[in-house]
Amino acid sequence: MLSIFEYSFIVRGLEAGLLIGAIAPLIGIFLVLRRYSLIADTLAHVSLAGVAIGLLLKVNPLFTAILASAASSVAIERLRASKKIYGESALSIFLSGSLALAIVLIGLAHGFNVDLFSYLFGSIVTVRPADIYIILGLGAVIGITILAFYKELVYISFDEDAAKVSGIPVKLFNTVFILLAASAIAISIPIIGILLISALLVLPVVAALQLKKSFKATLLWAEVISLSSVLAGVVASFYLDVSSGGAIVLIMLAVFGAILLAKSRAKK
Amino acid sequence: MPVDHTKNIIEVRDLSFAYGQTPVLKNITLTVHQGDYLGIIGPNGSGKTTLLKVMLGLLTPTSGTVKLFGADCLGFKDWSKIGYVPQKAINFDPLFPATVREVVAMGRFGKKGLLFRLTDEDQAVVRQSLEQVEMLEYQDRQIGDLSSGQQQRVFIARALAGQPEVIFLDEPTVGVDVKAQEQFYALLKRLNQELGLTLVMVSHDIDVIAHEVTELACVNQTLVYHGEPEEFVKGDYLQKLYGKNIRQILHDH
Repeated sequence: MLSIFEYSFIVRGLEAGLLIGAIAPLIGIFLVLRRYSLIADTLAHVSLAGVAIGLLLKVNPLFTAILASAASSVAIERLRASKKIYGESALSIFLSGSLALAIVLIGLAHGFNVDLFSYLFGSIVTVRPADIYIILGLGAVIGITILAFYKELVYISFDEDAAKVSGIPVKLFNTVFILLAASAIAISIPIIGILLISALLVLPVVAALQLKKSFKATLLWAEVISLSSVLAGVVASFYLDVSSGGAIVLIMLAVFGAILLAKSRAKK
Repeated sequence: MPVDHTKNIIEVRDLSFAYGQTPVLKNITLTVHQGDYLGIIGPNGSGKTTLLKVMLGLLTPTSGTVKLFGADCLGFKDWSKIGYVPQKAINFDPLFPATVREVVAMGRFGKKGLLFRLTDEDQAVVRQSLEQVEMLEYQDRQIGDLSSGQQQRVFIARALAGQPEVIFLDEPTVGVDVKAQEQFYALLKRLNQELGLTLVMVSHDIDVIAHEVTELACVNQTLVYHGEPEEFVKGDYLQKLYGKNIRQILHDH
């Protein structure tokens, strides 16, 4: 049997997966606590339109996905803040609108020459060598920014008005955060897939929340759950020849289920 | 802290506010001095919470000005002088993963500035604030696991941790049981009298608040009354504000 590490694409897939697995809870915990989980799903669909544009223009689709996701995240925030339409309506307009755009673009190009399936559900084969550098670079920016402004983000998530009164520039932080979230979602596409990204962001955090720990401990547990699920998922996808995104999300679900089960047992 | 009762902490002048075309506040002028314990009361929809939010710069007035410590509140920078206890029942997520200590530590963030981590000194202030509200023994508990009254004391501790000169409270006793309310008002009285903290509290609980505060402002779009609570209770302001049988209602309590 061939060792898993003899394939360069596997090593790439693992590298990309672990980077994304580390960033996801940092973004996810604030998305979940601010009731923004659905934004992840919307921005993922917007990213698909970005991927389609990239494939059509023959530039790296990851690059156009990041641009599309970032631009839409700011537009969604503006639309929500203007209160001209409901927040969820803004999300569903962007979600289905960008999906429509993606489908039309894909149709125009007669289906491209790539496997759309792997963009939808993630595949370690999708990760191109250049992607690793984009993921690494952007991932570092996201991770460092979140950790640097950790205490402000916690305060804003807990109590936005009180944070504002204490002098924290809440509006600026909200914009910066949504841009970081948009970038994190876009760079997760190759490995997790558009349809499964919100699970990657939400599941480890929701599982860790069940443990009822301090904020810091909750974040650490979410990291542990996320990284180990990604590692196990990528390895499983290699040996079982299944989608890496699907494998990762199923493992996360299993962890979440196990925690819920253990909790209800402990109560009895 | 020596209290100078002639020093103006908050100056509201000819303030009006409207949500779109709907006027909420009209021509309000009032001053809060150092050491005051001001209660802002009024019926539902009277604009009392809006007034508080305009004072804090969370809403921008349609016309008129608010000055905090002599500076216009829209360009105000010295937010560490101000503590805020928001309407807890509405804003608070009981599942939020935070210990009591983490919540109170948030009160230090405004003082620290961006990129600075909390030091041992900050942690000492956090401890001291928890002691002041008698919640130190709960510091490692989840905030969501406490009773409403205990949570409210933690939010006071968070405001105290910023070492403010004035604390704004928005309906702080909503959802808090009567016995805990009494303890809570006793705590506020102590902060006002012993520490010389200026307090501004919005409440709909006229009967209770009239016995606690040193100054009363009664709002119903306009400022209906501003002065000592005793005068207010004696006068027929309540009838003006709520209609005829309010005295009967109060006595039935």
